[in-house]
Amino acid sequence: MTVKEKIIRHLITMDDLTNEEIMTIIEEAKSFKEVLTRDIKKVPALRGKTVVLLFFESSTRTKISFELAAKRLSADVVNFSASTSSLKKSESLKDTVRTIEAMAADIFVMRHSYPGSTQLVAKYIKGSVLNGGDGAHSHPTQALLDMYTIYEKKKRFKDLKVAIIGDIKHSRVVRSDIEGLTRMGANVVLCGPSTLLPRYIEQFNVGVTYNVEEAIKDADVVMGLRIQFERQEQGLFPSVLEYSQFFQINRPRLKKAKPDVLLMHPGPINRGVELESEVADSVYSVIDEQVTNGVAVRMSLLYFLAGGKDEQVTD
Amino acid sequence: MKVKTQIMTKEEMFRSLKRVAHEIIEQHNGAKNLVILGIQRRGVPLGKIIKEEIEASENKKVPFGVLDITLYRDDLSTIGNAPRVNATDIPFDLNGKDVILVDDVLYTGRTIRAALDEIMDFGRPANIEVAVLIDRGHRELPILGNFIGKKIPTSKNEIIEVKLQEIDKKYGVFIVEKDSPVSNKKEKPKPTKKKPVRSLKKPVNTKKARKK
Repeated sequence: MTVKEKIIRHLITMDDLTNEEIMTIIEEAKSFKEVLTRDIKKVPALRGKTVVLLFFESSTRTKISFELAAKRLSADVVNFSASTSSLKKSESLKDTVRTIEAMAADIFVMRHSYPGSTQLVAKYIKGSVLNGGDGAHSHPTQALLDMYTIYEKKKRFKDLKVAIIGDIKHSRVVRSDIEGLTRMGANVVLCGPSTLLPRYIEQFNVGVTYNVEEAIKDADVVMGLRIQFERQEQGLFPSVLEYSQFFQINRPRLKKAKPDVLLMHPGPINRGVELESEVADSVYSVIDEQVTNGVAVRMSLLYFLAGGKDEQVTD
Repeated sequence: MKVKTQIMTKEEMFRSLKRVAHEIIEQHNGAKNLVILGIQRRGVPLGKIIKEEIEASENKKVPFGVLDITLYRDDLSTIGNAPRVNATDIPFDLNGKDVILVDDVLYTGRTIRAALDEIMDFGRPANIEVAVLIDRGHRELPILGNFIGKKIPTSKNEIIEVKLQEIDKKYGVFIVEKDSPVSNKKEKPKPTKKKPVRSLKKPVNTKKARKK
């Protein structure tokens, strides 16, 4: 008699998913997107499961997106906010998550400003941990929704030129995007001032340029990244005005891309800094769609992980 | 898994579906208020055949939609694998309509139960009826088929395989003996012994867990 045992899956980096699994999540997201267009935007797939949102760092879209995704799958959602918690009474991170887990939670969505913190928590608890962003390390669900948005429009990843422009150094989104997109065969080109490009980044199988026109030329996808003023030590570039003159994605520069280029941005946008305001609202922009797709992709992911795809026969 | 017998040929399948279509028309005095929903996956091509037959006979368009019941299944928390989700596409209003649900095999009735729940989330039809190609018995819920192509008494060790051109590249209905793990999705996994939902011991994020 074989007994199948469920393996609890975490999603800390894109490395936790195989290429095949990424495609499953992306392809099924379409069905979940359809659920979002119904009058009653709710399906009973995760009834009885509890999803805890552990946000130790501020967030608008990721948190709301995960919350809606979980609620639309009929899971119960518990919100945890660091500022009103016992962390203020100096409870440790480990004790905090253990306490919450003791109240029977199944899936933890966590954001924290420390790289690796989600990995650490995954070791302490029995439920699935989904990384909602840890420092500048990784943000896999953003990568999945970016990939879904690209796939929905282009129907492929192979040989697409994806130009990512802006603050590469402080971006967790870009690390996950690079991982996912290059594995699927896209050509990723990074661009930004040399102070915002980490050293040795070429080793991740990406092109690097300091010339924004060259990055955008013939691109299928142009992605702007937010200049993260809150993570910046002083002096990485002389002034915002100078940055926008050299690196802003604006209309003349975007003309150099393919005519059916997609303009993406993980948000929040600094209008007039990394994106010209008109460009952000242009026909090329899929920035709002990225947000809608985020809910669908996270539903797809929650459904996938709650089911526990990977099984092992233990006899 | 070995094929025991073929119980329907292509011609017999089409003859049955034709009869089902005409029974539907008869019961409804035409096709005025009808809509047809095919249940993913094999109910979809079957539903289309019935729809075309009704349209040809009544000379009137019948709205056709596709229903995927995966997210409404009652065994999602007990089976290991998250079953693949297919598309649901109902591009019309269901309120006040006479809905005909089409599937290939009526067995436990659980698929129809899930479909009923899903339809209710889309609106309030005047009534819902079930049309299937094969009724094989063994109902686990108080659900009945209103229009049935063929009734076949089966044992629970058997699987009915309905083959359709769009999916399987051929037509035919077969009885198959169940032994090894079976590819046919129709079979509900038996509730085996309560398995541990999760294990503490399993290492996470190891190479083993991701096997690329």
